[in-house]
Amino acid sequence: MNSLVRRSYFLTKVVKNVNDCAKRFSSHFIYYPDQHKPDDGQTTKMNMMQAINNAMDLTLSSDPTALLFGEDVAFGGVFRCALGLQEKYGKDRVFNTPLCEQGIAGFGIGLAAAGATAIAEIQFADYIFPAFDQLVNEAAKARYRSGGQWDCGALTVRAPCGAVGHGGLYHSQSPEAFFAHAPGLKVVVPRGPIAAKGLLLSCIREPDPCIFLEPKILYRSATEEVPNIDYMLPLGKAQILREGDALTMIAWGTQVHVLLEVAEMASEKLGVHCEVIDLMSILPWDEETVCNSVKKTGRVLISHEAPLTCGFGAEIAATIQEECFLHLEAPVTRVTGWDAPFPHVFEPYYLPDKWRCYHALTQLINY
Amino acid sequence: AKNADFPGARAPYTGEIKFLDENSYEPIPIYRVLDNNGKAADKSHEPVLDREALRHMYKTMTQLNQMDKILYESQRQGRISFYMTNYGEEGIHIGSAAALDPKDLVYAQYREVGVLLYRGMTVQELVDQCYGNHRDPGKGRQMPVHYGCKRRSVVTISSPLGTQMPQAVGSAYAYKRRAGNENCVICYFGEGAASEGDAHAAFNFAATLSCPIVFLCRNNGYAISTPSNEQYRGDGIAARGPAMGLRTLRVDGTDTLAVYNAVKQARHIAVSENKPILVEAMCYRVGHHSTSDDSSAYRSLDEIAKWTKDESPIQKMKLYLEQKGHWDDKADNEWLKEARNNVLLSIQEAEKQKKPNWREMLEDVYYDMPPRIHLCTT
Repeated sequence: MNSLVRRSYFLTKVVKNVNDCAKRFSSHFIYYPDQHKPDDGQTTKMNMMQAINNAMDLTLSSDPTALLFGEDVAFGGVFRCALGLQEKYGKDRVFNTPLCEQGIAGFGIGLAAAGATAIAEIQFADYIFPAFDQLVNEAAKARYRSGGQWDCGALTVRAPCGAVGHGGLYHSQSPEAFFAHAPGLKVVVPRGPIAAKGLLLSCIREPDPCIFLEPKILYRSATEEVPNIDYMLPLGKAQILREGDALTMIAWGTQVHVLLEVAEMASEKLGVHCEVIDLMSILPWDEETVCNSVKKTGRVLISHEAPLTCGFGAEIAATIQEECFLHLEAPVTRVTGWDAPFPHVFEPYYLPDKWRCYHALTQLINY
Repeated sequence: AKNADFPGARAPYTGEIKFLDENSYEPIPIYRVLDNNGKAADKSHEPVLDREALRHMYKTMTQLNQMDKILYESQRQGRISFYMTNYGEEGIHIGSAAALDPKDLVYAQYREVGVLLYRGMTVQELVDQCYGNHRDPGKGRQMPVHYGCKRRSVVTISSPLGTQMPQAVGSAYAYKRRAGNENCVICYFGEGAASEGDAHAAFNFAATLSCPIVFLCRNNGYAISTPSNEQYRGDGIAARGPAMGLRTLRVDGTDTLAVYNAVKQARHIAVSENKPILVEAMCYRVGHHSTSDDSSAYRSLDEIAKWTKDESPIQKMKLYLEQKGHWDDKADNEWLKEARNNVLLSIQEAEKQKKPNWREMLEDVYYDMPPRIHLCTT
């Protein structure tokens, strides 16, 4: 009996030791729940996966033409976003496709062209590239090339994106900038459950094809009181999450939370007030909100997980210098992923975390 | 023998190592109704089409041929920027279009303009598109021959090859879900496009998702300069059909009536059983690939000559009509003159029309014009 107790004590010590010393890096941000309530009515506590599920549930129940399809969505999806929807709406409305992204995108375009509402899921944004041709050459150009006779506006392509702690090269990418160069597409990234529900419902109903990139690390880690009603958030509009006068900080998706923490640090340590903007829509993007903020603060920091060169930060920076040239007090600064593929064990050094952003902030303030 | 329990295939075990190759199966035969003299070998396979229907089919084929000749010349004169003829493939267009319901949705590649003519699109409408004048519903944005017509259920053509194939499957799925659906989708593509990944996606999605679609492959032997033996090593495109779970038929594409029969039955199965069908229509691309191509650089004139004489779909159809007493040389001469005039007058008319307003360059990118684009128009 005595030896058993001793052995279990020893085991506990080993496990504790493992937990203390060899803990895998898993989170580079603190989640800041949404202060923007699009509705004052009843709410339900949901994480982002549940909010997305709720948006699709509302769509399937209100729009009889709506269909949800992709790889492994029938059993609920590998991230559980489609959980319970096949049981509720039937196998002809929520179904698996063969494992072929170009087929999923093309199939969705055809559904939309024939009058159905198509919600296509690409399992990871990293695997959207086989569908690049269908999305860029076909979906984006369908209305334009036919003179408005045909379109696939009822298509929404959902894809989990962004860093997740251990995703390596092909479960971590943020491909928004590739699509931002394709006139005709709308590209949207939510920062949490409330935004995800409202933006996804907008994407689904928008008469243009939308790419909805879901930061997968938020699926379970982000929880908020999400309004129960069917509501939409406008596309092409950014939100100012924190007002300030010293510096404008712009991000989208998970990186918004990194910048919110950096703004907090700047307030505590430096006593400066930073304005934090969630861009939300990458294409078309809200130049007005961004430029008005920069004209007020004179300094700007843009941050995204994707690599620096030709990342969407470049487009924002160029526009700001063009529109706000006489207001700028310091160079437009970008803090982003490095110009390398997204690495596995080096993820903590790769991401534009709060320390890198804070360092850039101090340089901007002291310029 | 009893099948093994693997979930991936229903098959028995064997004690023999036997690799299969392209010669393991008999080549898929080519269904034909008419011989080179326009005679039906088996009368029971002559479609039930009245005199007017048959004459209309022939007249549409020849109208297409006249349009091709004149628009090809008009490109050579620099009047339009680009053109692609349909020589040798007229029978596939008209045979299939006649077998379809006018509401069946058409996804085309670019060499199927006969289908549009058969659907009632006028020569004037087609010529207007080639000139990109203000009457072109596409607002002059696309290259010539990229036609489309919502009213006639023809999805606007785009240049990227094979992309229309999985799209057609998606539309067929949407059709299947419509209450009381009586229509299918037809998707045309060449044997070169069938090498694209999208073709594989389309066949597989159509089969697994049980879609009412007819895939019609125009196997004309060439993809620009690439002969079909550099395109694939199996038994053409048709042999891929059963492997993907598609009901498949190979047909003589120079025989308008054989194409008609094949597509008629294919469409019936597609609509009544929600099953995808693959039809491979064998033919020969008699003309150059496009006005930007000189095909004598990669094939002999003798080879082409055979297909312009003995194996011409127009010639076979004409002989058939003459034997039926539906047509004669006098009617032919009169009609060819009229068909030619249709095109010449349309060109004169199209050339008189202005190009669209320059602002159309920036319309229709989105449903509503975003501020950044709007800024460019003011």
